[in-house]
Amino acid sequence: MSKENFLQSSLGRKLVMGITGLFLITFLIVHVGCNACIFANDGGVLFNQVADFMAHNFFIRVMEVVLFAGIFTHMIQALLLTLKNQKARPVKYAVTNGAANSKWYSRSMGVLGSLLLMFFVIHWAHFWVPTKVAVFTGQPENTFEHMKEIFSKEYVVTIYLLGIISLCYHLLHGFPSAFQTVGLNNKKYTPLLKKTGAIFSITVCLLFAAMPITVYLGIIK
Amino acid sequence: MSHGNMNLTLKVWKQKNKDAKGALETYQVKGISPDMSFLEMFDVLNEQLITEGKDPIAFDHDCREGICGMCSMFINGRPHGPVKGVTTCQLHMRSFKDGDTIVVEPWRSTAFPIVKDLAVDRSAFDRVIAAGGFVSVNTGNAKDANNILINKDDADDAFNAAACIGCGACVATCKNGSAMLFVSAKVSQLALLPQGQIEKEARVLSMVGQMDDEGFGACSVTGACEIECPKGISLENIARMNREFLGANIKSKH
Repeated sequence: MSKENFLQSSLGRKLVMGITGLFLITFLIVHVGCNACIFANDGGVLFNQVADFMAHNFFIRVMEVVLFAGIFTHMIQALLLTLKNQKARPVKYAVTNGAANSKWYSRSMGVLGSLLLMFFVIHWAHFWVPTKVAVFTGQPENTFEHMKEIFSKEYVVTIYLLGIISLCYHLLHGFPSAFQTVGLNNKKYTPLLKKTGAIFSITVCLLFAAMPITVYLGIIK
Repeated sequence: MSHGNMNLTLKVWKQKNKDAKGALETYQVKGISPDMSFLEMFDVLNEQLITEGKDPIAFDHDCREGICGMCSMFINGRPHGPVKGVTTCQLHMRSFKDGDTIVVEPWRSTAFPIVKDLAVDRSAFDRVIAAGGFVSVNTGNAKDANNILINKDDADDAFNAAACIGCGACVATCKNGSAMLFVSAKVSQLALLPQGQIEKEARVLSMVGQMDDEGFGACSVTGACEIECPKGISLENIARMNREFLGANIKSKH
């Protein structure tokens, strides 16, 4: 019998990565769904109602804590796995031809994840922090007007688009890989799963990208 | 051996022993036949080096017909070179062009220390097998074909997993130096068959534990191993091992 602790084994760590990844994917569905309310183009009435609900509902508050725990766990496991993986090959090859056998983004999840984290810090400073401050100080918060102001700057829109591109590639590999890691791979449904993953990643990211673009261009008023 | 007309520049990793610092050295080979295997081309080079009184290049090889898994060269950034589904001994010089420069390196992995030049010590794989890649009971002589009924799909999957020759190309090509494809094939070939069922939980825990102890990396699902495997071992085996490992941990009483 192995004396290895499940959560310290390479397979256990990967399982944690997969499960937290799938959880973060479900969060994205909620996030993109709520934000898509701006496309009602009703001056932010619907969007602000949803934002207000999200800021005060007890269940959402609990899930917010779970979400941050999920992101943190995903990051820590990624870091620990990367360190282990680097130790597995201390002397690098002089020549490698990764393009011959794998997609560049599948080999760059760490870089994409780090870019995402940098984007998240900016994103949290833009939206999460002001919303929290408003809730705690009891100030009325017009998230829609706040968003319009933020997306009025070109460099901000550029940062958001770069962040969303990183997210898209991270998802393109992460979505199908999470299923493989939790042990689901089968000739019958894996091709369908891969297609679903690609459609999901691209759709979610196009929707996210449309938000700063349409607000910046003044299409959403 | 007929003489050909290919002239090549080879950049080959030379390293005295496990602890020495290695470096790529440049060699010229002339008159190579396109019908030679890659290893035969190395034989020509080594004869040339011996004639010149130089140290020949150490490399692993045995059966030279693609079934033993000994040959192990990392050629132009890919294990066993550019052709899909073959080992280095089955790679022919017609896959290269006259005047090409070819870079040849050993498998690079903490778990596979370099013995000399291109030869690496793959006994880490043997220790993974010794940890659980067996059936403890004597299953006797070959039974009549239908004595023990086995689902055709399971028999096929077990046979495909058992095609693994333990060459280590999966470890060599993986950006994480992970042995998941090898270990999962060895877990699968037994877990799928009735004789392997009884010990399947202890087996997967023990083999994965040994895999981690040897210093192999973890799987990023890039799929490189599956593409580079000379025997076409599928990523489905890794998913199966993940399932087996999770199940075994849940059931484990220790």
